[in-house]
Parts: sequence; structure tokens; C-alpha cells
Amino acid sequence: MREHEVTLHVNGVEHRLWVPANRTLIQVLREDLALTGAKHGCGVGDCGACTVLMDGRPVNSCLVLAVQANGREILTIEGLARGSRLTPLQDSFVEKGAIQCGFCTPGMILSAKALLDRVPNPAEPEVRNALAGNLCRCTGYQKIVEAVLDAAERTREEDL
Amino acid sequence: MKEDFQVIGSRAPRKDAPDKATGSARFIDDLDMSGGLYGALLQSPLPHARILGMDTSRAERLRGVRAVLTARDLPPVKYGVSPARYDEHVLATEKVRYVGDEVAAVAAVDLETAMEAVSLIRVDYDPLPYLLDPFEAMAEGAPRIHEQAPGNICVEVHQEFGDVEAALESCDVIRTGCLKSKNQDGGFLEPHGSLAVCDLQGHLTLYSSTQVPHYVQRTVAMVTGLPMSRVHVIKPYVGGGFGPKAEATPLDLCASLLSMRTGRPVKMNYTREQVFLHGRARHRFFHEMSIGALTDGTLKALRHRCVLDGGAYASFGIATAYYAGSLLGGPYRLPTMKYDGYRVYTNKPACGAQRGHGGVHARALFEQQLDLLADDLGMDPVELRLRNVMNAGETTCNQLNMSSLGMRECIEAVAAKSGWKQKRGALPRGKGIGMACGFFVSGAGYPIYRSETPHSTVKLEVHEDGGGVTVYTGSAEIGQGSDTVVAMIAAEALGISYSDVLVRSGSTDYSLDLGAYSSRQTLMTGHAAKRAAEDAKRKILEAVADVLGVDPQGLDIRRGLLETDGTPLDFGASRMRYIQEHRGWTDHPTGDRLTFREAARLAFIRNGPVVGLGSYKPPPLGGEYKGAAVGTSPAFGCSAQVAEVTVDLETGQVVVESITGAHDCGRAINLTQVEAQMQGAMSMGLGEALFEEVLFDETGRVANPTLGEYRIPTILDMPKIECVVVESNEPNGPYGAKEVGEGAIMPTIPAILNAVKDAVGSAPDELPLHPQRVLAVIMRDGESSGS
Repeated sequence: MREHEVTLHVNGVEHRLWVPANRTLIQVLREDLALTGAKHGCGVGDCGACTVLMDGRPVNSCLVLAVQANGREILTIEGLARGSRLTPLQDSFVEKGAIQCGFCTPGMILSAKALLDRVPNPAEPEVRNALAGNLCRCTGYQKIVEAVLDAAERTREEDL
Repeated sequence: MKEDFQVIGSRAPRKDAPDKATGSARFIDDLDMSGGLYGALLQSPLPHARILGMDTSRAERLRGVRAVLTARDLPPVKYGVSPARYDEHVLATEKVRYVGDEVAAVAAVDLETAMEAVSLIRVDYDPLPYLLDPFEAMAEGAPRIHEQAPGNICVEVHQEFGDVEAALESCDVIRTGCLKSKNQDGGFLEPHGSLAVCDLQGHLTLYSSTQVPHYVQRTVAMVTGLPMSRVHVIKPYVGGGFGPKAEATPLDLCASLLSMRTGRPVKMNYTREQVFLHGRARHRFFHEMSIGALTDGTLKALRHRCVLDGGAYASFGIATAYYAGSLLGGPYRLPTMKYDGYRVYTNKPACGAQRGHGGVHARALFEQQLDLLADDLGMDPVELRLRNVMNAGETTCNQLNMSSLGMRECIEAVAAKSGWKQKRGALPRGKGIGMACGFFVSGAGYPIYRSETPHSTVKLEVHEDGGGVTVYTGSAEIGQGSDTVVAMIAAEALGISYSDVLVRSGSTDYSLDLGAYSSRQTLMTGHAAKRAAEDAKRKILEAVADVLGVDPQGLDIRRGLLETDGTPLDFGASRMRYIQEHRGWTDHPTGDRLTFREAARLAFIRNGPVVGLGSYKPPPLGGEYKGAAVGTSPAFGCSAQVAEVTVDLETGQVVVESITGAHDCGRAINLTQVEAQMQGAMSMGLGEALFEEVLFDETGRVANPTLGEYRIPTILDMPKIECVVVESNEPNGPYGAKEVGEGAIMPTIPAILNAVKDAVGSAPDELPLHPQRVLAVIMRDGESSGS
């Protein structure tokens, strides 16, 4: 298969790679860049475990070809924390008990981040709508909703 | 009265949460395997066929292929879950029995090559008549799926406690009903995976996304012929299990065999479709029950028959068939009970264990019949339940002892919190409120194989610098929070802070633990961890007492400090030595008490490594009758839930508006995690009640093997859930704790069924409650009331 040169900006770092046309973004992230935070749950965009942000918007990285990500800003879960210092959103997930098996967590946090970047003060239905593409089998979602609302509140307090 | 705990009962954040929040937690597919091979499976395209021949030559010649395995390369070892029904071969020998049955396995340099090689294998099949329906499978003259199973009966159960027929005759009211369910899927987000690494010392290390490292170790050893001591099973983080990951998979076995054959690491994963083909999720149940009571509501008898559609292999099915009967013994006083269960082979993926193993649909029908009985008697369903509920200390007719049971408190809590009294009977048509109860084991009373083995063992090593401890356990953290619970129990028992406990879990090298199934680890691993911590503490205190010349009886450790019974402790010299040992450190111990750090260091210097050992095995439990072991447990959790629904009377669409749940988990080790388990269980129950159904086409293929078409609840499907944690003090649990993870699902389906009945006036008898089924119930009701 023909290979294409692409430039990906992942978590603020530029990567130049040659990729076959059918190589997906999740394959590049997980296999070529060793960023395994995006999870392979279904491969067809049903579960959202592979969610990353592309130019600030959540995408299923299993449905995005690497060539489509050429020149885009990609943010993965590895791009959030600074060392052991978690972001307020991650802290909220930890403290509110929003994490169980953790397989959906990276995608869930990134979808929530995209919402909070856009809507810093969301109402609960907005949170639920924003996370509707991310499946979780463990939590029943309630503590996830609580964590996102808590993070919004923390961020507001930090801004004051 | 609350005891004065330092760690237990808190809302400590989970140990694993920061790793999971940052993407640094490693799951099976995240493990590095430089230089390894990828494996792929050839699976049967036919539901039932004889294998006449196989040609693997083209696959073997493909560049990049390192090994091709078929049954003729393997010893003819049969394996399975229950030793009494070992009925599986790693690769099909003479027949395939379902679409997905494993026929051959390939290892190649990359996944694409392995899959291409699989496509080059030619199999000559002679198709056989196949059976997708258990009643057809039981019928006379049906083709036989397993030679050793006439009538395709995998197992049948016949139990009677008391004289049910006589009791039914003495009843004033008898309710008879039935409930059918459908094949289900676990719906965990992480597909199964395995990575096997065979080394030149003759040891095999298998990384597996399993709930049960120990049972996988046994199965791999048995199938490969390696001694157990040379098989090491390591569970990385696991993306949910819920039961279907509680047995060795074909991936575990094929990756192991391929690695032994090639001498290279071999990695294998299921696609999502293969997860559905592998199955092993909840059985499909056909329940029929008659429940008899007196006019005052006193329950007298239950006559119960169940047919379980088991799929092609036994898997957990023997236990499932027994649980489907035994888990109706409580939580109500039921003096007589008769159960006939038939678990039947069909040409579909094998069914196995799933959250609330075996008991969920039996409970659903029983609780639905209770509501109908209440209608017959003109009683409030809450009153009927309160009239019959057991108290702590009572024993069921099938000899399960309820050593603690906050059932009454749970019912009263959900009735009060949901506004039951105001709402029941006052809602307009199309709106409904329903309640149900349930109970579940806190760990199976006996292991899956017949054995006197301890169920959980723990090694706790005190760090030589005294800075903390590491708990080594073979138990399986699969998302339910067991590492956190183990750490909290160890910290409490040792008298140190939660942050000073590191848990290493999930490896058969760490300790023997039967793993994450039957809601067992809080109680069983918890006991072993507590005992190991107490053992380590005793060793530290004895060493300190010896060095300082005092009586160890008067010593204790709390909040990381040594406490005495008032005897002054002269530790100046030892503190001096400690500080001298740590010249350059900036955190020297201060204060007027000896710190745990110093005490542990003293013990290490005096005696060498300080290792605490703990082990737990339940006492002999249960009756003498056949199958008495299944359903036994040292303790039982129980719960009650109230669901409120809206039913669209024109479309049959059911929306669950709220669920109020109460669960008696004994003493809550971690309140946040108890709520988390309750909420997760309720969401699974909601999905099973409303959406979840594995469909088969007429050729026996799974027709909806995706998470888009097999619909589990999304965040938009989940209503607000209210949780009440009822804390009884379980005498057989560590610090009074018992289960929550599985038991909390028990009332969800029947609470929704009862709410739908309340909304539409008629009781559904088939799950899940798809709109067309609900609409049929509404129309049936309309016709019968119109005639």
C-alpha cells in the first residue's frame, strides 16, 4: 500500500512519519508513538475508549486515518498531567470515584475536557450529552457526571 | 455504635486511580513485547459440523508464519471449568459445535500475516443438523452435540426441601408465572487478550486479561502438561470482567502453546466480534414458578422449574444451574422449595457466569410473582416483603445461614427515600413504581475444583527501611477496587496509614487466591490481608519488646505510632541509632513516641525480613444434599431497590426515571466504592432489563456482534441513582465486611419489571423489555380488559 508522509502534532510534539493510507490514528498513537492511553475497545467507533482530541474536538481515533490527522493538533490522555501533577479534571475523577476498571477513563476525560474547554460551567444534561459517545460498563456514569461537575467548579474557584 | 477506625469506612481514593486517569495504567494490549509474534485463530463458520480433513500447508508456507497448530499437534486433553464436565478441546478434534469454535491457531511476525495465514487454512466440513433452541435440543430424536450428553442435557438438578405439593395445597393463594430471557454479553470495554512468554528455563509466563489468575494457571498447566510451578499467570490491569473473564480462554491456551512451540512471545487478542463469539456471559433462562401463600401474606412454598440455554460447552454452567435454584432460598422465610433445573447444550457460544451468577433471572421472576401475589392479597408489595423477610441468624430451607442480614433496613430505606407510600397506586397510567429485593453470596463456600485449599493467601512484607509495607496477593483487581480494599484492611490492621501500603496483586507468583468471582475478594482476600497484617504487627511488636525489654502484650501500633499500656518506653538509644543510620536524611523521627518506621527497622535489624502471612478458608458450610455446596457462603449481602419508569403507551418504550437502592454490605470498607459498585450493578441490570440481547441468525451466527447493535446503557440511558449503604456487622467478615459487587444487581431487573407492571397494568414475561414486547403486553392487557 502507498505510504504517505504526515506530520502530527501530538501533545505539543511534532512527529513526521510515513504511514500507509489505511493506517488509523489509534494505530499510529499506540504502536508508533507508544502512547497507549487511547484504548482499542471496538474498532468501529461504538465505544469511545479511543477518544482523543483533534484540534480540540473529540474524535474516535479508530475511525480517523493517520493521513486525515496530518497537520492537526492531537491531544491524548498522556498530554494532560505534568509529571505526577494531575489536572483538576483528572483529580476530580480520582477523588469522586469516577474510575473503576479505567478502560474508558482516558476517552471519558478527554471528552469531558473538550466540553469544559468550550462550556466552563455546564449543566448536568450538557455533561451527559458531551459524554454520550463514551461507553462505561462499570460505573453507571453517576460518579463520572459528578466528577465533571466538580472539576468545573474547581476550575472556576481557581480562576477567581 | 461505630468503632474507632482509622482507615476503614473512609472515602479514600482508589490506589489505581491516578495511573488510570493519566493513561499510564497498563492493560494487556498495552504491554510491550518486542520481538514477539502475533497469534490468530481460525474459527468455525458453521454451528455444527464434522471435520473431515484439514490442509494447513499453504498457511505454513506463507512468509512470516512461525507456527500453525491444529488438534493433531496437541495432546487430546479435555478441559473446562467444572472438573465433572470437562468438555472442551483447545482446538476442535472431530467436530465443531458453534460458529466461532476454535479450529486452528497461527503465530506469525505480525497480525496481518497471521490473519492471512488463517485464511489460507482449508477445512473440509461435513455440516450436521444444529440446534439453536434448548427445547428443540431436549426433544426426542434431536442430534447429539456431545456424545456423552444424551438429550443434550449438560446437567440436571432436582432438589426439594420440605413437601412442596402438600404446602401448596394448604395455601390460600397461588401465583404461577414464567419469565424468558435472552442470550447476553458481558459488555466489558476491554476485549480479552493474552501474551505468553516461554523462557529457556522451561517456565511459561502468561499475561492475561483474566479475573482468575489461579484457575488460568491450573488450566494452562493441565493443557500444556507443564507443572503448575512453571506456569506463571500475571494479570495486568483488566478492563472489566463481570464473569465472562472468569475462566481460561482459547487465547490463553493457544498463546501459551504457540509460545512453547516457537520459543517466542506470542500475543493474541479478540476483536469485539470475537468477544461475542466467545460468549461465556449470562445464560438464557426459561423460568416457571408457582408461589403459594396464606391470606395474611405468609409465604409457604415455591415450585420452580428452569431450563438454561447453555450453548456448546459446559463452562460455568453446572454452578449456574444450581445457583438458579439455590439463590431463591432467601431473603424471605420460605419453608418449602422445589427446584428442577436443566442446563441444555445448543450450537451457540457457551454461556457462563455473569454478575449475580445464575440467580438474576430467577430473582426477577420470583420478585415479580411476589408483586402479583400482593395484588391478589390486596397488600402493598412492601408490606408483603416485610412480612416474610428473614432476620439475621436465620437459616434458609436449603441451609444457607444469614449470619447478618439488613434486609428489613434496606426495604425500609428505599421505601422511605423513594416516597413509595405517596407514589404507589397514585401514579397515572404510563407511570409506574416497583420494588424488589435480593441477596447474594460473599464468595462461594467451596472452590470450583474439589479441594481443601485455602481460598486466599496473602504475604505482607514490611519494607526494610520501615517506610511502609507491600501486600502480595494473587487476587484480581478488575476495576471493582479490590486493591484499594486490601490496602485499607492491611493499613487498619497494622495501624499505619493507607498511603504507606503498596499492593502488588494479580500474579500467581505473589500468592494463592481464587480470584474475582462470586463477589468474594472483600471477604476472603480481606481476611487473609488482615491476618497477614496482624502477623506482621505481632512480629514487629515482639522484636521491639525484645530490644527494649518490655512485655509485647502491652504494645500496639496506631496511626503509625507505638502505643503502650502506660508503661514508659525507653527508646532513646534506638532512635539515636536510627538517626545515625540515616545521616543526610531530612525526615528524622521526632516526638515522644516510637514511630512505626523505627519499630519496623528495629525488627528488621534484629530478625531479618519481617513478613506477615495470612490465609483464609471458609468453614464447612451447607447441607448434605446433592449440590448443597452451590449457594453456600460465609456471609450474604442483600439489597432492595425501587425503580420508577415511564412507559410510552403508544410505542412501548420504557424509560427508567430513577432507581433508589439500598445495600447491606456489612461494614463498608470504602463508602465511595460501595456506592460505585451499587451504581454499576444497577446500570448493568437496567441494560439487561431494557436492551441487551445477543441475536442469532438462522445459521447460528451472532447477528449483532458490536457495541452499537448490542446496546449497553449509555450515559443518557442512566437515571439518577440514590444509594443507601446499610451497614450490618457481619460476624464472618473482616471488620464485619461482606459483598456488594454482584449482589447489588439482584433487585434491578425485577424492580423495573414491577414498575412496568404498575405503569401498564400487566406483567411482562419476556426480557429484555424492547418496545415491541412491552407494546404486546399493553395490547394483551387491553384485549383482556376489553373482553
